[in-house]
Amino acid sequence: MGIIRTEDIVFEYIRRDEEGNVEGITKAVDNVSIDIKQGQFIAILGHNGSGKSTLAKHMNAILNPTEGTVWVDGMDTNDGEQLWNIRQTAGMVFQNPDNQIIGQVVEEDVGFGPENMGIPTKEIWQRVEESLRAVGMYEFRKASPNKLSGGQKQRVSIAGVLAMHPKCIVLDEPTAMLDPNGRREVIRALRGLNQVEGVTVILITHYMEEIIHADKVFVMDQGKIAMDGTPREIFSQVEKLKSLRLDVPQVTLLAYELQKEGIPLPNGILTIEELVEALEKLTVGNRVTVG
Amino acid sequence: MSMIIDHVSYIYGEGTPLARKALSDININIPDGQFVGIIGHTGSGKSTLMQHLNGLLKATEGHIYFNGEDIYDADYDMKKLRGKVGLVFQYPEHQLFEIDVFSDVCFGPKNLGLEKKEVELRAYDALRKVGLPEELYYQSPFELSGGQKRRVAIAGVLAMKPEMLILDEPTAGLDPKGRDEILGQIKKLQAQTGMTILLVSHSMEDVAEYVDRIIVMNQGTVMMDDIPREVFRHYRELEEVGLAAPQVTYIMHALKEKGLDVDVDVTTIEEAAAELVRVLK
Repeated sequence: MGIIRTEDIVFEYIRRDEEGNVEGITKAVDNVSIDIKQGQFIAILGHNGSGKSTLAKHMNAILNPTEGTVWVDGMDTNDGEQLWNIRQTAGMVFQNPDNQIIGQVVEEDVGFGPENMGIPTKEIWQRVEESLRAVGMYEFRKASPNKLSGGQKQRVSIAGVLAMHPKCIVLDEPTAMLDPNGRREVIRALRGLNQVEGVTVILITHYMEEIIHADKVFVMDQGKIAMDGTPREIFSQVEKLKSLRLDVPQVTLLAYELQKEGIPLPNGILTIEELVEALEKLTVGNRVTVG
Repeated sequence: MSMIIDHVSYIYGEGTPLARKALSDININIPDGQFVGIIGHTGSGKSTLMQHLNGLLKATEGHIYFNGEDIYDADYDMKKLRGKVGLVFQYPEHQLFEIDVFSDVCFGPKNLGLEKKEVELRAYDALRKVGLPEELYYQSPFELSGGQKRRVAIAGVLAMKPEMLILDEPTAGLDPKGRDEILGQIKKLQAQTGMTILLVSHSMEDVAEYVDRIIVMNQGTVMMDDIPREVFRHYRELEEVGLAAPQVTYIMHALKEKGLDVDVDVTTIEEAAAELVRVLK
């Protein structure tokens, strides 16, 4: 069994009018079964209101499914006794770093989680140091969080989760409020954690170019998994993604537009290097035929 | 008729031990009807500058002239300025509060002391301009999607009939289609009404696609002020201050390095596609 597994889960919101009478039921998550292996880098895409954040909140028992079962490292999230273990196994990072930082000093903030777990002081400091190094924020350990940039704050939030030694981190649009540099820093830190530390990363984002290195992509629509596959498989389907209110990275879109103009390029180009290489082959070919 | 920012500096907490210079000697002239993008890393002074333009912050030094009048003159009507210069904050949907969409949009013009009929006329007009479907007008704003809520919030400012609209990251947190819809609608609005638009954004792709002119802020100063293709030509300098160019810029430079004779200054996908078709065919 994978680190996170869901089986036929449904989550219903009950809508009520002002008097509290039931107006209707919205299925925010509708029959989702996924199985995420330890060590994978997973991306979840979907338009606003597609159910991706609701699904993410099931991954560390912030929400429990109305129907179906969620297992986090084999623990059923409906089992109240396992709540602490579940939250330690799967940590969560949200969109706005300012809502997640509580310490006056960076290292205190990062130490908050392990301290609450009753970890001995000496080990807390070890964990704080390791976590801050893992996200490249060790040199800021004595800084006040409100002096940091958005990207730096978000990396401190991630370090705070890391210090609890989770097997899995779920991030709900961690880069939505950041400038280009902040976005790059956060994504680089996440790839490092995944590749070096082997932490499972589940990333929800609206920035398509952030997930070209993911092992697997899920696309949600109306609470269901509408597409799943590798980034290349997903981003090869430009029109389908657009119909789901999504997009593809600029380089993929450019290759797609060129294909439409009759330039023979392969499907699902994801990086600048791939496009340059493909175009180079064509121009070399041209020269040969012309010559 | 324009906005002139003349040698403006601003110090947070002036006269206290925590004083910090946020803006230093800013000079910008914004003629009527321009669509201007403002970019800069977090903390570069963009939002501070925007808050000066409708008088929420008062410059420590320098002057701001709106339509030829100094807004710091003792007898200048600040309330009127706030009606003329509409500011849409980040996550404006957090400020929605009325029982239905239509009442929410009416709130601003009602506070201007206008007659009920005029208020309602303006609210309809504003909601039409942001492209919100009519069947949503009498729904609770809290039941709308993220993109719809944001349009309602923008309509609330438009209903004040501003001459200048300032949007602070209007697309943060929206899905790609939602981004395109909001920015497309704003562009249309600008083309139809000649309204001046200032767009603060962290998305270089969006800025490249929509604006006529880009102002780059860094450490409280204006670092560049030019048309998009000129600004993104200096993409290395932009990277040094925490910004970037659209991915297209990097693609074109990579191709040029490989000996393909392309124009590296194109900034949008359409331009790049046309340019590559020209070179390859």
